[in-house]
Amino acid sequence: MTDEQSDEGPITEEGLVADEAVDGPSGPTAYGVPVVDASGQEVLHPTPAQWLETVKALRDDGFCMAIDLTAVDYSAHPGRTDLPEGVEPERFEVVASFIRHDDGRRVRLRAQVPESDPVVPSLFDIFPGTEAMEREAFDLVGVRFDGHPDPTRILMPEDWEGHPLRRDVAMGRIPVQFKDAPAPR
Amino acid sequence: MTESVAADEVDETNVSDLGSAERVLKRDETSAVLRLSEVEAAELAGDPDDPPTGTADEQRMILNMGPSHPSTHGVLRLMLEMEGETVLRSKPVIGYLHTGMEKTAEDLTYLQGPTNVTRMDYAAPLFSELSFSLAVEQLLGIDVPPRATWIRMLMCELNRAASHLLFQATNGMDVGAVSMMIYGWREREEVLRFFEKVTGLRMNHNYIRPGGVAADLHDGWQDDVRRLLELIPPRLDEYDTLLTGQPIFRERLQGVGVMTPAEALALSVTGPILRSTGYAWDLRRDQPYLAYDEVEFDVIVGTHGDAFDRYAIRLNEIRESLRIVEQILDLMPDGDYRTQDKKVTPPPRGRIDESMEALIHHFKIFTEGFHVPEGETYAAVESPRGELGCYLVSDGGPKPYRMHIRGPSFVNLQTLPHLMEGGLIADGVAVISSVDPIMGEVDR
Repeated sequence: MTDEQSDEGPITEEGLVADEAVDGPSGPTAYGVPVVDASGQEVLHPTPAQWLETVKALRDDGFCMAIDLTAVDYSAHPGRTDLPEGVEPERFEVVASFIRHDDGRRVRLRAQVPESDPVVPSLFDIFPGTEAMEREAFDLVGVRFDGHPDPTRILMPEDWEGHPLRRDVAMGRIPVQFKDAPAPR
Repeated sequence: MTESVAADEVDETNVSDLGSAERVLKRDETSAVLRLSEVEAAELAGDPDDPPTGTADEQRMILNMGPSHPSTHGVLRLMLEMEGETVLRSKPVIGYLHTGMEKTAEDLTYLQGPTNVTRMDYAAPLFSELSFSLAVEQLLGIDVPPRATWIRMLMCELNRAASHLLFQATNGMDVGAVSMMIYGWREREEVLRFFEKVTGLRMNHNYIRPGGVAADLHDGWQDDVRRLLELIPPRLDEYDTLLTGQPIFRERLQGVGVMTPAEALALSVTGPILRSTGYAWDLRRDQPYLAYDEVEFDVIVGTHGDAFDRYAIRLNEIRESLRIVEQILDLMPDGDYRTQDKKVTPPPRGRIDESMEALIHHFKIFTEGFHVPEGETYAAVESPRGELGCYLVSDGGPKPYRMHIRGPSFVNLQTLPHLMEGGLIADGVAVISSVDPIMGEVDR
């Protein structure tokens, strides 16, 4: 995990400022972290260390609901091109969406989480609605959420080993008569 | 009681005082959520031959309700901490219907994707298809023809009506109005009959696909829709007579499972549960997709945030859906029902005999599938249960790299412990019913 401290630029009405800090990200930033436009949707790229701070800033800016939280295992997709400059791709990514109801603005957060230390702070104290979503992300992808009140599996049985949505877990297959084809993976 | 908020009159969310969300933020044993694992629960289990002594008020019991229980809408299990008849803490235990549909989606092409997602919310299958298709179309950067958009709206609104009719049936059954079950299923069947005519299937339609819809509406569809519009509203009035004003039914639901707007927002609750608190938020009005900005409808909100408001909201949302359907009858444009982009839409059967390119496109689409540009997107629609979102990641190949469905039932289920806290176990049944979870979508 990079221990890079966020350099919070001034948060304007739009939340978008061109940050000129020397050691900060070179592109546009919002809430102190790099921001990109993904087909019309606003995507922020905090590090796991900036995760909690960014979400707090979002909440203080009127974002009232954590709509979604999930995780992606990018190990089978090397050479991603959709990350802004200065954001290093890692194996896991935690993705969370937030919404502000007064103007309907949506923001998506994507944090790169290294395989060696797949931990992100839990958002429970800010948005308790993420409790089940974080349990699901832990259960299926294996990212841990530090400070979660109930860090247990939610969909898979409690004694299950492994995390099925990781790309190195094979797709299940039921044997079918007369179809002796090999499994896809 | 519910009130309706005209779409053009109110910009605000209709609530001045949100209340406190402190209750849902607790993480210790005073919280309504029983955070207990299976192993810990097993350790608590006593010896059946050596029952604890004392009166019921002095004992606490952990009781499992479900996974197979008539009122749990499928396979929901609740771990309840009881003191006599009173529910203190509880925990929904899910996963009994988990079939790894998000994993399956990674092995299906974008054209096969809707067959998979349609099986998630099986009471409102068209909405999952719609959010998946919208996400794929956003990544592809294609526009669907106007007729396809309006067909999608027509089908989705009828589906919303069918889903809420199913709710009326199961809700009635759960609280003891068993005859309501038969009436609700009966009216829903009429809607499904129309779906069968259009899509070929009553459920799991695979009708809304990336690029448009699978088939055009049949000749004379207007007559079928008009028949529904004549048939259902009088039946809804019958429901009002049967249930809404009925003292036993009201007694059973009023003041049960109460939630404040702040709690609902904190728990990421959407749909009728959020609106029952008086908070007017409906994606159709507030972030119009398809062509919802061209039709008139009201957003129905409640006042007390209790189970009765959730019942009344769903009943009135059927009326609003039918109002939208009525406008669609007049506004339905002519034209293509799917995009003419040859890379996405298979050629018509006749062209395959004439054109080499058509044959190649057909072969490519059905063997390899069409490639979607690299990127990630999120598309949300207002399903009968709340915000249904599809988060889609593409690596540029013919299959999604990752597909995640934000199921409203999954998120809304978190309200159960808070709604049931301090109530009777019999009220718990009414609470589960009023949350209206569809376990296929919860477990995916």
